[in-house]
This record gives sequence, C-alpha cells and structure tokens, in this order.
Amino acid sequence: MNRDIVVIGGGPAGLAAAIAAYDAGCKNVLVVERESEAGGVLKQCIHSGFGLTRFGENLTGPEYAHRFLAEAEKRGIEILKNTFVTGLSAQKEVTCMNESGIFRIRAKAVILAMGCRERSKGALNIAGTRPAGLLSAGTAQKYVNIKGLLPGKRVVILGSGDIGLIMARRLTLEGAKVLCVCEIMPHSSGLRRNIAQCLDDFGIPLYLSHTIVEIEGDTRASGVTVAAVDENKNPVPGTEKHFDCDTVLFSVGLIPENELTKRAGLRLDGRTKGAFVDGDRETQIEGIFACGNVLHVHDLVDFVSEEAEIAGRAAAAYVRGGEKQKELIPAECGENVSYILPQSVNKKESGAQKLFFRVKRALKNAVIEAETGAGTKVFRRIAVAPGEMENIVLSAEELVNAQKVKISVRGEQR
Amino acid sequence: MRELICIECPRGCRLLAEKTENGVNVTGNFCPKGKAYAQAELTEPRRVLTSTVRAKDCMVPVKTDRPVKKELIFALMQKIRGAKLLKNAEIGDIIIENIDGEGTNLVAAAPYTAEK
Repeated sequence: MNRDIVVIGGGPAGLAAAIAAYDAGCKNVLVVERESEAGGVLKQCIHSGFGLTRFGENLTGPEYAHRFLAEAEKRGIEILKNTFVTGLSAQKEVTCMNESGIFRIRAKAVILAMGCRERSKGALNIAGTRPAGLLSAGTAQKYVNIKGLLPGKRVVILGSGDIGLIMARRLTLEGAKVLCVCEIMPHSSGLRRNIAQCLDDFGIPLYLSHTIVEIEGDTRASGVTVAAVDENKNPVPGTEKHFDCDTVLFSVGLIPENELTKRAGLRLDGRTKGAFVDGDRETQIEGIFACGNVLHVHDLVDFVSEEAEIAGRAAAAYVRGGEKQKELIPAECGENVSYILPQSVNKKESGAQKLFFRVKRALKNAVIEAETGAGTKVFRRIAVAPGEMENIVLSAEELVNAQKVKISVRGEQR
Repeated sequence: MRELICIECPRGCRLLAEKTENGVNVTGNFCPKGKAYAQAELTEPRRVLTSTVRAKDCMVPVKTDRPVKKELIFALMQKIRGAKLLKNAEIGDIIIENIDGEGTNLVAAAPYTAEK
C-alpha cells in the first residue's frame, strides 16, 4: 500500500494533523489507530474544561474529540482502526498489524502522534506486597467512565497530577470514599483549579511533601502507610499515618510513547522525552513529523491541536514540494527554563514563530528574555509555573539575523 | 474575606472575595468570569456536573446543560445512576429533563448509536 501521509495515532493530535494536512491539499492521508474508536484519551475524559482556548467554549473531552472526528468524517479521511503499528523505518515504511494480518504502508511523509502513557507504580519502588487494587489513575478512569465499573470503595491516591485529581472527584461522585491525595513534592503538579474543584469541593485532604512508604494486603490491598518526606524526599520517621483502603491510584506523571520514534533511528531529547523537532515539527529525519504528547506532554489539548496542525500543514507541504530550504538555529534553555519546543528554529521562515517552553520554578512578575545574538526581546507575565506551558512569539524580522534563541525567565518567588 | 481559586479556566486566579452590603467585593480576578465565579461562590455555589449513563452496551457521557446548585450534586448523581439510555442520541440531546427542578437538563456529551 502507498500513501502520501500516514498519521500514527488517532487521538487529538493525529486527528488535527490529518485534517490540517488534508486542508493544505494533501488528500491521500491515512490515520492508523490501535483502538476500536478514534479520539484517544479524550474518550474517557468526561469532565469539562476542554476547548476554552480553541473554541471559546467549555467542552467535555468526548465533545472536544467529536468536533475533530466530525471534521475528519466530513473530509472522508480514512481512519484504519483496530490496527497496531509495530514498525517504522527511516525510509518511512510503516509496518501495521490487524485482523487481516501484517502489512506495510509506504508513505511519503509520516506524522508521529502516538501520545503518551502513564508512569507506572513499578517505577516508584514502594515497599510492601503487590495485591489487587493498585492501578494508575488513567486505568481507573477507563474502568469508571468507559466500562461503568467502580474499581474500589476506599481509595488513596499517590501523586497530584491532574488525572489523579479528576479521579478523586469522579470516584467520590460514584460513591467511593477518597481518603487523601499524597504528593511527594512541596507543590501540586496539577492545575490549581483542579485542587479547588476536585479536592476542596469534597473535603478531600491533599498532603504535600508526603508519600506512601508501604502498601499492605494479601490478595487485595488492605491499607497503606503514608509519611512526610524531607527536602531530599526521604521519609521522616515518626510522621507515619495509616489508612485502611482497598485501592491505591497512581497519578505520577506521563511518558511520551516513543518506541516507534526510536525504531526509526531518531534520538530523543532527555528533557522533553520526545524527538528533536524544528518549527515545522519535522524530526531529524526528513519527512517524519511529530506532534502532541508524543513530542512533549501538554497540559491542555487546545495546544495539542495547534501543534498538530503545524505538523499536518508542514507534512502536506513536504509531500508537495519536498524538503524546504532551512537554516536551523538552536533554541537554548537559559535560566529557569526546563525545555523549549521546538528545539530548533528555521531563521528563513517568512512568518512569525511561536516557541513553547516550561519553567523550572513558579515565579510571579516574570520577565522572559529571548536572546538571539542579534538582540534581546523581553516579554512579561503576571505569573509562570512549571505546570503551565508558556509561549513567546518572534517575528521573521527578529529571527533573520539570529544565531540562536536563548530563553531565560527571572522573577519573584511565588 | 474568603480566598478562592477560580475554576473558570486553567489560569486558576487566586481570588479574594468579601460579602458587603452592596453584594460581593472581588479582587485578584484576571477577567469578569472570575468576579462572577466568586460572587456565586459566596452566595449560591454552582457546578457543571458531568457523568455517564448506562446504555445497553456501553456508558454514554453526559453533562448538565448549565451549572447546578452544588448542594444538589449527590442527589443528582443518584438520578443519573438510575437512568438508562435506550435510544440513539446526538450530542446535546436531553437524557433527563429538568433534572434539578430548576429547568436544567442532563444532555448527552457524545453521540450514541445502539448496536443492532
């Protein structure tokens, strides 16, 4: 089989990329999706809060996904469901597997949109037994929202990521007792508003600088011991609290799902855990693009859609006209910046370019400096935080003589 | 004086709200939504409720088509758990009419097609 563009993954990134590629003139697009329905994780995110930036409306996850599914359908974009991609070569040959067997698709361009997965409890090295009732927050979300099953009645949540907070509320509404949320860091990794509307609304305590030190239970979890941690994240003796519970949820971070990226021979950026890309979201292999959570974990799907459209349009342009002339300059992380995406910028681009980045520490009255070697541009923000992706825009004029873009952020402690 | 976190958008403004003779005094809000939120929190807090209803072969996501009184949420959850979706639905179709006695409807948040 031959295709102009193959999009790997039919979640929010893959759908938006396919639609944008189609609208940019590349009609021969195929989306490969491993599940029986496209839409990705949004299918199980039944809470609201999606689409405020994109649509100016407060949508639920399924509603947000449906907007894109409807657009894809209107264009007749083919989505190959129940199909798992097992291989990807640097020559853009995609190996797929489904009911009909194993087959290869030769693509002119490939868009990586595989998303991310949850960090598992195995990564945490918690002492104790391994009974039933220990699951990731996203797994619990799937049980409750897709299958209609309640995974437990008395729940402790480790990690204050947004999915854990959302599940604290969801399980409470469905009749479970959520005893507490423990966060090893001195600050929550979830959005402030989720602490307010998911924990505070229901009187669920959040223990900052606390972790689970032991899990008990034979065939089923029966309890956990929670302790405060010091600044080196070591448990402080004498601070232990015991909770009787039948379920422990883990909401301890997300990891981009880059097995195929590596198989194609691409290196990963240790900071983003995704491929290195330029402003077109083109990877270091010509004609392979990446977008969404496979590239870096986003907080808001609205930005996933925006990024995917950049990749989709660029892939269509690549199919039409081949690799364009690029003169790439590096994006460098200065003070208090943990990563920048894209990692390089094409200074020959005719339009303005948006750079996304995360800060290391929460600051207020923040001053953002973008140093290009040809000048420094200053941006200001009332507040910045690691959990909230920031962005700045540089014009073509500001980039034309640039040798790099070094972003630094300074401000007052928040 | 009450400290609140605005839940209207991901920005999560830290609000200070105080009841006065002329209503509620709000500071710390970035936009008018924050002011309205704080005023409602001090007088009659409301939330949009999202959940799922059981259909023949799957769960279908639903939401209230406007915010409902916070104190009613658990009572409304009982109604939602007792509901069963028997026919096809489009996004926005009413699943439970006037669920809160104030005219708020519970509507489908995803299309549902019953399997034959």
